[in-house]
Amino acid sequence: MGVELLGDAVVTTRLDEAVNWARESSLWPFVFGTACCAIEFMSTAASKHDISRFGAEVVRFSPRQADLLIVAGTISYKQAPILKQIYDQMPEPKWVISMGACACSGGFYDNYTTLQGIDEIIPVDVYVAGCPPRPESVLDALLMIQRELQKDSLRKEVKKDFTGRLDNA
Amino acid sequence: MLKDVQKAYPTAAFIEKSNTLILDEKDIFDAIQLVYEKGGELLLDITVIDYLDYVLPQPTRFALVYIIRHINFKESIILKSFLNEPKCSSISSIYKAANWLERECYDQYGIIFENHPDLTRILNHWQFEGHPLRKDYPITKGQLCTDSVDLMGAMNERLLEKGIVTQDEEGNYSEPNMDLMFINVGPSHPATHGTIRNFCAMDGETLIANVSEIGYLHRGFEKSCENHTYNQIIPYTDRLDYCSATTNNVAFAKTVEEILEVQLPERAISVRVLVMELSRIINHLVCLAAQLVDMGALTNYWYLYNPRESAYAFFSKLTGARLTNSYMRIGGMSYDLYEGYEEDLKQIMKEIEEGVGTALSLVEHNRIFQDRTQNICSVSAKDAINRGLSGPNLRASGVNYDMRTAKPYYHYDQLDFDVVLGSVGDIYDRVMVRFEEIKQSLRIMKQILGNIPDGPICVDNPSIILPEKKDVYGSIEGAMNQFKLIYEGVKVPAGEYYSSIEATNGELGFYIVSNGTGYPHKVKVRAPSFLAMSAYTSMVEGTMLADAILNLGSINIIAGEMDR
Repeated sequence: MGVELLGDAVVTTRLDEAVNWARESSLWPFVFGTACCAIEFMSTAASKHDISRFGAEVVRFSPRQADLLIVAGTISYKQAPILKQIYDQMPEPKWVISMGACACSGGFYDNYTTLQGIDEIIPVDVYVAGCPPRPESVLDALLMIQRELQKDSLRKEVKKDFTGRLDNA
Repeated sequence: MLKDVQKAYPTAAFIEKSNTLILDEKDIFDAIQLVYEKGGELLLDITVIDYLDYVLPQPTRFALVYIIRHINFKESIILKSFLNEPKCSSISSIYKAANWLERECYDQYGIIFENHPDLTRILNHWQFEGHPLRKDYPITKGQLCTDSVDLMGAMNERLLEKGIVTQDEEGNYSEPNMDLMFINVGPSHPATHGTIRNFCAMDGETLIANVSEIGYLHRGFEKSCENHTYNQIIPYTDRLDYCSATTNNVAFAKTVEEILEVQLPERAISVRVLVMELSRIINHLVCLAAQLVDMGALTNYWYLYNPRESAYAFFSKLTGARLTNSYMRIGGMSYDLYEGYEEDLKQIMKEIEEGVGTALSLVEHNRIFQDRTQNICSVSAKDAINRGLSGPNLRASGVNYDMRTAKPYYHYDQLDFDVVLGSVGDIYDRVMVRFEEIKQSLRIMKQILGNIPDGPICVDNPSIILPEKKDVYGSIEGAMNQFKLIYEGVKVPAGEYYSSIEATNGELGFYIVSNGTGYPHKVKVRAPSFLAMSAYTSMVEGTMLADAILNLGSINIIAGEMDR
């Protein structure tokens, strides 16, 4: 009976911390690189800035193996359903970094073909400004995700309340 | 070439400045056939001009423009025809390059090309309605795409051509007569750089038929240009071939300067050549690094990418940006070289030499590298020209065509360098031409360093160049001048003009229609990557899937430039 009373409170909180501690330094990014920002992501991964110092160098090209989506580059309306599909294929828990002006807001491509920010179709955790952002800003965004995920609970379903433009289309 | 056409069509009007011949729409196919027979074998570009609301009266709303270069690579000609109805006969039976170019004209302007093999949208998505580059299409009217197209129609056409499927009278296709597996490589695939979709029919590991779909990075460059002043377009040009941004800046600025008929000061020319060649090197570096990673030779990535990182540091100091430099302005550039640039550049050049040397020592005599690249995905010289390839991809096939020597600009004829040629046009040649071009560009840079003349970096013309800040704040003339140039832009006399330079990936040209104001009426980019991608299917069919991946890396498709 005593175990039952304490069960949830004690075990899950500790487990949260242990799991989050492990997650923090082993984020596996999926780089949805389409444009100039993807070239800057190459710099982030190359030896000078070296994203592996933060445990996020295992870049996956299958969404099913990744938990951090880095959208690096312009997303056009033609690309949007593919981005949505990739996001949906990622297992929970998952986080999204919107890298650069185009992904955040369409940037200076305010025109007929460019999606005005990826948050119209998928939820975003961290927005990185810049056109393109310097590698340091990408690393900063990664650190922000690492800090954020400490607060997460294992039981929480991520972004359940988000509805994007393609969700009911 | 020009004289032959003029002789055959004596009533055709000729515009000297832009080298344009205006033909009747019914003559256009025959005239182009004649141009082709007289040596005009390289089709550079096809585009449409929408004259709605144009400043000067025109016979009809739409005009078609063909830009063709002679096989001696010195002459070129522009053929133009006004269309009474938005339709014309296709020239894809003469030039294979015309296939995608005409599809783009259809997609963007709604011009119907009769007898075209596959007149479908190319840049915009299949659910798109209307033609966005028409003047009456509002620039911000976006249209949501809910689903990707399955491409089975285009695939069946390819299979029909190869005799693998048949078609009944109602147009239905039969099942393939062999066991095929259909797979999508891309758009989200590491080797397709996120923006190219290759739909492949596979027989085991052999690629039987391929259909490429592009447009995933179509960002409306050309429509955006029509809503910005000439200097505001410079940052947009950065993002065409974003691996060598300053080269695009120069290509655009040079075209506008030629319309304005201004002569750059000598120092500006030297600085432009210097940064262009450095850009060429760092673009080749990233291409080779990615290409070798695709091959599994990961170490080369660091050897080749680290010098690029040092070049970023130089560009940061010089222009304030690492990647998208926006360095050029109409009539000059934004900043002069900084103090101590020579030492920085010498150090970077040393690092590049070392990096390239180490990478070459790993791959040059490497059996695996040679086996995987030699005699694979070869393109003959004739085919390469007909498909509109240019730059390193064309030179790899052994065609001696480099704008820097064929039509020298910016004193390239006074510089000592070699045009690098391949022999069979396979993946090996394309890779090695790029390696060698890096060395040649270093040679050019060495000749320029230490010989940069003193003097201004911009033309001395207040209607083009912004006044200095002390004049803006110190005198009413300066303040007015600044205000006028910022609000109205550099005014470019009305007319049409095409000019190009040898960019990293080939001939990068701009066709500008100006209307006398600070905003262009139309800007069309002649993008080398677009035509290289249109040749991709013919290169890879019949090879293995893994070869197709390598080939995509070797033709160096930069999506920003391809999709614009």
